[in-house]
Order: sequence, then C-alpha cells, then structure tokens
Amino acid sequence: MKELFAILLLAMFIENFVLSKFLGICPFLGVSQKTSTALGMSGAVVFVNTLASAVTWLVNEFLLKPYDLEYLQTIAFILVIAALVQFVEIVLKKLLPPLYKALGIYLPLITTNCAVLGSALLNVQRNYTFLQAVFFGFSAGLGFTMALILFSGIRERLETCDIPEAFKGMPITLIAASLVSVAFVGFAGLVIQ
Amino acid sequence: MSVVIPVAIVGGLALFFGVGLSFASRVFAVKVDDRVEKVRELLPGANCGACGFSGCDGLAEAIVNDGVSPSKCTVNTKEGINAIAEFLGIDEGEVSQMVARVICEGTWRNAGMKYDYQGVHDCHAANMLSGGMSQCFYGCIGLGSCQHACPFGAIEAVNGLARVNPEKCTGCGICASQCPKGIIKLVPVLTGYTVLCANHEKGGIAKKNCKVCCIGCMKCQKVCPNDAITVREYLAEIDYTKCVNCGKCAEVCPQSCIHDAMHERLPYEPDDQQQAANAQ
Repeated sequence: MKELFAILLLAMFIENFVLSKFLGICPFLGVSQKTSTALGMSGAVVFVNTLASAVTWLVNEFLLKPYDLEYLQTIAFILVIAALVQFVEIVLKKLLPPLYKALGIYLPLITTNCAVLGSALLNVQRNYTFLQAVFFGFSAGLGFTMALILFSGIRERLETCDIPEAFKGMPITLIAASLVSVAFVGFAGLVIQ
Repeated sequence: MSVVIPVAIVGGLALFFGVGLSFASRVFAVKVDDRVEKVRELLPGANCGACGFSGCDGLAEAIVNDGVSPSKCTVNTKEGINAIAEFLGIDEGEVSQMVARVICEGTWRNAGMKYDYQGVHDCHAANMLSGGMSQCFYGCIGLGSCQHACPFGAIEAVNGLARVNPEKCTGCGICASQCPKGIIKLVPVLTGYTVLCANHEKGGIAKKNCKVCCIGCMKCQKVCPNDAITVREYLAEIDYTKCVNCGKCAEVCPQSCIHDAMHERLPYEPDDQQQAANAQ
C-alpha cells in the first residue's frame, strides 16, 4: 500500500506530467479555457492512460521482452495506444452512449497525447510490476486532471482581467503556465524512500 | 534473419489490431439515421444552443425523431429552414426571425458617470457596485459582457454602450441572458422601430441622469395610428404585433429615443470622456 501511495504522490505532484515533465502541453493549453471542457478532457485522459498503461505493460512483457525487442517500444506503444483508443471509442459508442457523448471529441484527441505514451514508456523504464504500472498510469492521469483544472480556473479569471494588449491571449497564458510550473518545482524537494 | 522477428511482431500487432478494429466496428456498429446527418448539414452549425437543445446535433435529432419544428433554430436563414422542411416533407412552421437590440442609448456622453470604475472588466462585477457606474440605474453598463458572450461577433461595446450589428446578429438570444440589466431584447427583424430606453423613472429624474431617455410624455402613444404604443410607468413600449413601421413615433419623440433598425449601424460618435481618458 505504501508503495502505491508513493507512486500516487510521485505521479501527481513530484513528476506532474504537465507541469514538471512538460508532457501533454497541447491539450493543457488547448482545452483549458473552460473548467467544464477541462473536466471532459481530463476524464478521458485518466481513462485512457490507465488502460494504455495496462495494455502496453502486457505487450512489453510478453511480446517484446522475450525476443529482446525493447528498442521497438516506442513504435509498438504508439500502435497499441492508437488502436486501443479507437477500440474504446467504438465500444463506448455502442455500450455507454452517455459517457461517449461526455468525452466527445477528446477521446480521439488522446491518441496523439504524448502524456499517454510517456507514462507507458516510464512504466517500462522503471521496471514497474503490472499493478504498479496501472496505478502509475492512473495517478499520472489524476495529475493531468489536477493541472488542467487548476489552470482552467486561472484562465477563467484571466479572461475578465485588464491585460495589456500585447499580452492578450496566448502570451499571458504561457506566462501563467510557467508560473504554475515554477510553483510545482517546489515538490521536487519531496524525497520518497 | 534477425530482421524477420521484429518485422513479424510489429506487423503482426498491426494486422491484429487492424482486423480486431474492423471486426469491432461491425459488432458494435450503431445505426445512425441518415436523415439526422442530412438535417445536421443543413443547420448552420453554430452550436449556440439558442434552440434549447445541446447544439446543432441535438436539434437535428429532435427535428427528425420528435417532430420539432426546424424554425426552432433562430440562426438559420429562411431558405435554410425551408430546405430542411422540404427535405423531411413537413411544414416548416411559422418563421419569425428575431434580432437582438440593446434598448439603451446611454453612452458615457449621454448618461453621466456616478463614479470612476477601475475593477474587473465585466458588467456583472460593475453591477454589484451600486448598479454600475452609469448614472442611469436601468441603462447599459457598457463593459461588454454581451460582447464576450456573442458567438457571432455581432456586438461591440464602445463608449459605455453595447451595440448590436443587425447584419451579423442571428437572434440567438445568448447576449440577452448575459446582460445583468436585462436590457437586450429580441425584436422581430421586420419591425424597425424600437424605444431605445429602459428607464422607468419619472421624466424629470430620468432626464437628469441621461440626455436621451424616455420621459413618458405620451406623444408617441397619441400619434400612433394603430395603438401599438402604450406608456407604462413613464416608459413607452411598442407592441410588435400591431406596429406597421410607419415611423411617426420616431418623428415626434422629443428625446429622440425611438429609432429604426438602421440606427444601430450608424458610426459611433467620438466620446468626450473617452478622449479625455485616453489623453491622461
């Protein structure tokens, strides 16, 4: 249990995918304008990240490792993630239309989300067990959720602020993002044994 | 030979996923009504939600399955609505296009300022400080909450007054729901003349606060040939079911606060206060 809790802290705060590892910046900037859309996107990320971590771990363990093909990890994982997202979309559309509608466009967008590939590769690099890998994927998704919701709250408030003309739009967003990121660097001092 | 195994594994994975996906898409196929998609294409695709459904997809489904009238979509043109009705072979219902109008003429020059507002650039925020900085409690605050809400870029808030560009306005009514003063009204496109004032105070008091307010003098009510105008609580109201657009009311209005739709398109006059603020 203690081990899993350490992974949760690690993935959410110390190595927050968006704010410390700079993975998945595109959706972070793209869908953080409103808290509601941010929630939809991060829900989809948590879902896919957990699933993808499990499947890529299995692929690595039972297909790549036995033949010493670890150098094929990146391409194999991209393939697995893309197919998996597509499959999940098809199944959800049929079996859980409300969830499909709620996730909407964000589900296919995740195919190209480097945060998902990142967690799959990190799982392998760190030699996590299956349970640890799945939990790491889940926690990384939660970390993404936290970053996205925090930031969408900031952006909603930024919208009503009197911002100098030159900083309006993306510039002020990037400045704010960098400040939030700097704040998260503080967690780097947290050492988990 | 060492190449064969990796190629076989990656190729095999791809083949497996490909076959699996095509199989899954057959097994889990969802039947979609062709008509819904066609109707969806005929809708404007603005996803503004003015129809009350969740975007254009929701309305398309409702039109096909639940028999909702295509004229529910206020954004669509008359031709577009007719096209949908024709496609489904149904009656299009009564088509009445609406356009939003800000019923206020209180620019900073016309209606004075109670205080200098420095807060968040948002009408709701300003409204919390004793009803905004405009001297007229009923009038436009002019910080452009409606402008931000408009999905079509049809509203511009300049010199303390929001104005709707009738050529861009689609009558979706989102701005009206955002206005803290509730002074954006949807009026029929065909009816040109509107009383551009929302002040219910007595003429003398209203006049102190704004140069172009309705003072409730009843002149328009008397001159109207169709009894379309009634003055209630010192404010004239036009009944659009009776109005025939003769324009007599606008001619007699001593405060010149009845205007036709063309008025919205007039260029803004440079505002003294705005210039003074810029100079500082």
